[in-house]
Amino acid sequence: MSSPNDPAPGRSSLWRDAWHRLARNKLAVVGAFLLLALTLASLFGPLLVGQSYFAQNLQLGATPPSAEHWLGTDTLGRDLLARLLYGGRISLAVGLCATAVALTIGVLYGTISGFLGGKVDSIMMRIVDVIFALPFTVFVILLMVLFGRQFVLLFAAIGAVQWLTMARIVRGQVLSLRRMEFIEAAEALGLSKMRIILRHMIPNALGPIIVYATLTVPSVMLLEAFLSFLGLGVQPPMSSWGVLIKEGAETMEEFPWLLIYPGLALALTLFSLNFLGDGLRDALDPQSAKD
Amino acid sequence: MAPRDERNTDATEGVPPELLRVANLRAYFHTRAGVVRAVDDVSFSISPGETLGIVGESGSGKSVACYSLLRLLPQPPARIESGQARFHQLDLLHCAEKELRAIRGNQISMIFQDPMTSLNPYLRIGDQVTEPLRIHRQISPSDAFDLGVAALREVGIQDAARRMRSYPHEFSGGMRQRVMIALALITKPELLLADEPTTALDVTVQAQILELIREMQQQRGTAVIFVTHDIGIVSAFCDRVLVMYAGRVLESGPTAQLFQNPKHPYNQALQRSIPALHKRGEELPTIPGAPPDVAGPIPGCPFAPRCEFAEEKCVTSEIVLKKVAPGHSSACLRVQLGEIDLRPAAARVVAAE
Repeated sequence: MSSPNDPAPGRSSLWRDAWHRLARNKLAVVGAFLLLALTLASLFGPLLVGQSYFAQNLQLGATPPSAEHWLGTDTLGRDLLARLLYGGRISLAVGLCATAVALTIGVLYGTISGFLGGKVDSIMMRIVDVIFALPFTVFVILLMVLFGRQFVLLFAAIGAVQWLTMARIVRGQVLSLRRMEFIEAAEALGLSKMRIILRHMIPNALGPIIVYATLTVPSVMLLEAFLSFLGLGVQPPMSSWGVLIKEGAETMEEFPWLLIYPGLALALTLFSLNFLGDGLRDALDPQSAKD
Repeated sequence: MAPRDERNTDATEGVPPELLRVANLRAYFHTRAGVVRAVDDVSFSISPGETLGIVGESGSGKSVACYSLLRLLPQPPARIESGQARFHQLDLLHCAEKELRAIRGNQISMIFQDPMTSLNPYLRIGDQVTEPLRIHRQISPSDAFDLGVAALREVGIQDAARRMRSYPHEFSGGMRQRVMIALALITKPELLLADEPTTALDVTVQAQILELIREMQQQRGTAVIFVTHDIGIVSAFCDRVLVMYAGRVLESGPTAQLFQNPKHPYNQALQRSIPALHKRGEELPTIPGAPPDVAGPIPGCPFAPRCEFAEEKCVTSEIVLKKVAPGHSSACLRVQLGEIDLRPAAARVVAAE
């Protein structure tokens, strides 16, 4: 542990301490490394595989893993490894970015709503209810009609839906924190509302936020597959894990490897995220420190 | 900033300039069940270095009165219906939010009831103790750290430099209340609001904390408003006392007078119901009934239904706090009219001679 002679605790001792605690959590570190490895593989892997993700070989068709095609080929004879790595780019980008967007909007919106309370809270939450009530499919089709088929819309559509639940969760947390004595004490110390929110509210609400965020990533990845099916998002011959899993599921009785490997990639990502999220939550809670 | 009014000290001997003057404070809660008059027309003042006790049962409005001064009540449902709280040149109840923020934790600090929940569990003690300095003073982090260590040392925390790095859960209740006191006093405020600071602590720790508050107060000349339901603490700790009941002040005066010469039946009844060890074998007198519901107006004296001296006029006429002896006010109509004498029998004989 750090010595008592360390320099004065600065503004961000919370985060620095959390980082130290995280680094000591083996599972979380493993999760972080796996996630990093998957990201790097998706970024640079396609350059190294030497197989094209779109070159078809209809004569070949679906073949099980072999020396030439490490993970086999799909029904059109395309190399699965190349498709998987390319798909990882999309899936990871969508999963992480859309979650980050949902997290930012949801946390800010929920905190403000819960903190201000009263009429502001009612109005803000009714807006959430209204957006929640919009059927997602209709919403997506509307977006497509208005803006055409654009990849960016994928983020917009997913982001617009995922922050709602986050906002509700955070608002609930903030409401219960709002009347805690230490928040009152902070107010009595002359802290501004913004400082109370950033310094006292959000750290105390982080546990559920992080857990929900790690749960959001997989649902976002699957949502992307659904959107791609509707024609928004990924178009053939481009692939994503969601798309690969969907295709694999259709042919899983004859060609199981087409489902197993994309499924494995997704599962690995989710495991890593869960370990990391769990570790993060523990790291941010000083009471869980075992030293 | 405002020049202190120093004329008073010379002109009227023994009346120090007032630090805070609260006049006609009314704080109501607007609930679905009706308007709860938590604080109804309360006036008092406090001088620098003085300790003012506010005593009352649960729900008598003593804490609400205290919270209203810094506008810490959730509004809505609470609303400050009327009143003034003059602190230097500023009316705390009506000044801009920004002006009030500059005073909170700086010139007026507050200690809360439950030390277990009044520290943020996610932040180090050092970060929390020095927070008032960082928002109210231009100060470098290392200077703030040093002042924090000094403040913790002053409230009797051993190994303060190392403890700055601890988290609240590593402290006991008494220690946390010490931290809260260090935190409240680090900016050297002129006024300290203590809302039942010892209620959640056990008796021995309670005594230590009280002693600590008194020590700090004497060193710095801080005025203290001490809210409590423990009449015993008041007698030992406060210069002047305000007795509250159902949102109103029933009696106020110097502590010694209030105890030797009660001017309100409620105060008298309260004192009689303090358990005393020497009166072994006798039944402890209690006050029959329960405090009134303050949702909705109360005609006349709120204590009348439980008062042994109550007459019809107590319920029908409006009650007001009136001076009945030097520095001593009572809201009891019959005391004001000189109809009843609440002094213990022995004291009465002495007075007659």
